Amino acid sequence: MPEAGAQDQPGGGGGDSPAPVTCRQLFLGFSSVGISGFGGVLPFARRMLVEERRWLTAEEFNSLLGLCQFLPGPNVANLSIAVGSRYQGIRGAIAAVTGLFGGPLLIVLLLGLLYDRYGQLPQVQGLLRGVAAVGCGLLFGTALRMGLALQVKRLFLPFTLAVFVAVALLRWPMPIVMVALLALAAGVAYAHLKRKGAP
Amino acid sequence: MSLLADLFFQFALLFCVAFGGASALLPEMHRVVVLEKHWLDDATFTHLYAIAQAAPGPNGLVVSLIGWEVAGVPGALAASLGMVLPTGIMIYLLMQHWHRFAGARWQQSVQLGVAPLAVGLVFAAAFLIGQAAGFGWGGVLLAGLTAAALLKTKWHPLWLIGLGGVAGLLGWV
Repeated sequence: MPEAGAQDQPGGGGGDSPAPVTCRQLFLGFSSVGISGFGGVLPFARRMLVEERRWLTAEEFNSLLGLCQFLPGPNVANLSIAVGSRYQGIRGAIAAVTGLFGGPLLIVLLLGLLYDRYGQLPQVQGLLRGVAAVGCGLLFGTALRMGLALQVKRLFLPFTLAVFVAVALLRWPMPIVMVALLALAAGVAYAHLKRKGAP
Repeated sequence: MSLLADLFFQFALLFCVAFGGASALLPEMHRVVVLEKHWLDDATFTHLYAIAQAAPGPNGLVVSLIGWEVAGVPGALAASLGMVLPTGIMIYLLMQHWHRFAGARWQQSVQLGVAPLAVGLVFAAAFLIGQAAGFGWGGVLLAGLTAAALLKTKWHPLWLIGLGGVAGLLGWV
């Protein structure tokens, strides 16, 4: 494909190249995001990247997040790799993702050690069951919120139901389910966009 | 060594279809780790999920914990690398070319089509965590109240997690 026009290229606006950000800054910036993120780090990532350190504009953030959510994988880890590689190539990507996971990994492994030692105590089992129940409720609420935000529900809610039945009730392997249903859902979306005459 | 390689490849494969992030992947993690490989039982899986939920950091950390429980620190590293590497490399390579297909109709179609699937996966995750934990009425009630609080209030989830821990300590769940 020939070079496309650069007018809606993220990061192209204004023509000024991003100010240099070092690997150390990338590591520290994403460390702060990882450590402070309870129950999902995305809001903290946005605040650090857009508001505090201004490594990305709001539009660049949305565009990069779109790419990271478009691709599979852990979204925020993908985002850190995208930002890190933009400033310092491979070394930047490694610095950013290590920063994001390093601190929380140490904390969670410490908790794991405690669990191995004290996990059999009935109090600890009760505590973890309580936390798991809240986690289950958070997942359910998140799913409801995501479902309410879906576009063209009459077309796409059947896919939500199909995934739930296949994965939760029938316990079919997810890779097969996802590939098959994604092909179908994207086909429906394509036809829908075409009918609407979107560009 | 083969256990570490297995951990790496299982999670690498899993995260190649992880649309909707790590939470959406819980059902498949449960299927592979508990039902297929018998690395953990239902109770341990639920407990590790609870620990990751209560700790700071990205949702994907439950993967590191599972790896650790199965094969110690090397297991945690193998599982974490499996989670990050394949899609990380994809992102790294795609960064240079994203602007060429961002906004193209097929790209919009995939983005529109993947959203309802992700919703179904997160519903499935909630259902399977509840099933694996075998909650009684107290647990179901607590989960329902949490979902309502998430939707209707602006309380920080950390408070809810704290309340859940206390309720669990008191033996209500």
